[in-house]
Amino acid sequence: MAVHGFRRSGGRVVLRVDEIERGLLAHVLDQLVELVAPETPADADPLAALVSIDPDATRPDDPALARLLPDAYADDDEASAEFRRYTERSLREQKVAHATLVIAALSADERKIVVADQDVPAWLGALNDARLALGTRLGITEETHHIFASLDEDDPAFMAYNVYDWLTFLQETLVQAAFGLRSEPPPGADLD
Amino acid sequence: MAPVSTAPVELERPESDAVVAPDRPWITIVWNDPVNLMSYVTYVFMTYFGYTKEKAEKLMWDVHHEGRAVVSHGTREEMEVDVAAMHSYGLWATLQKDD
Repeated sequence: MAVHGFRRSGGRVVLRVDEIERGLLAHVLDQLVELVAPETPADADPLAALVSIDPDATRPDDPALARLLPDAYADDDEASAEFRRYTERSLREQKVAHATLVIAALSADERKIVVADQDVPAWLGALNDARLALGTRLGITEETHHIFASLDEDDPAFMAYNVYDWLTFLQETLVQAAFGLRSEPPPGADLD
Repeated sequence: MAPVSTAPVELERPESDAVVAPDRPWITIVWNDPVNLMSYVTYVFMTYFGYTKEKAEKLMWDVHHEGRAVVSHGTREEMEVDVAAMHSYGLWATLQKDD
């Protein structure tokens, strides 16, 4: 897989991707949307949806989804459940919106994608959510990182770990590019 | 309940952890996890809370080494807004009463 990632170029954040990378990232984010999208359509209870209340929201059984939608109280199940009813739908919708924004940007047949400043948080959020879901699925912990890094090519987890590793690289380069944006982007300067 | 927002709530927050007024007895805790990047956690603390890079990095290292860090103080409602924002960024956060 080609290694370009995000860069600051002329005060803008630019992602260079080939067709395979674009397709892979869009595929991963499609799966994220499928995982995290609200389970009931907004029109099931229009009034509740209007104010983003989801009376049926409960802690997800799927560990990957539970990591994306964590409890808000470490030791108060009742308060967590209440918080979830009031916030989970909008949290799911935010995550879907972030992923959808990136998928739309990837649909252009371009090797160079310019990420507008205001879209950087959505890209970071989508990449992070994809890594959280995949990392949880793989069972990545601080103790197992090195095991995954030395997996045999025949191992069923090999491909998934490599995708995870690539997403990590993308996110790291985007964070660095975003830090660059925060500190004085000199107009017209090209840091490439 | 206050609406969920990922926008910066305010740029300046009290720098000292020692001063907690009686009406702000709740805290937001961010927990360590094996996936979130140290650079990203720092970025979130700077972007959302408006903390300096130094303060954001110190909190990030606290999360990394101690397993958790208190990232904000306030009313319960304020902390619920902060926790919802942290979840939006993908950080693992909870709120509790500051005992």
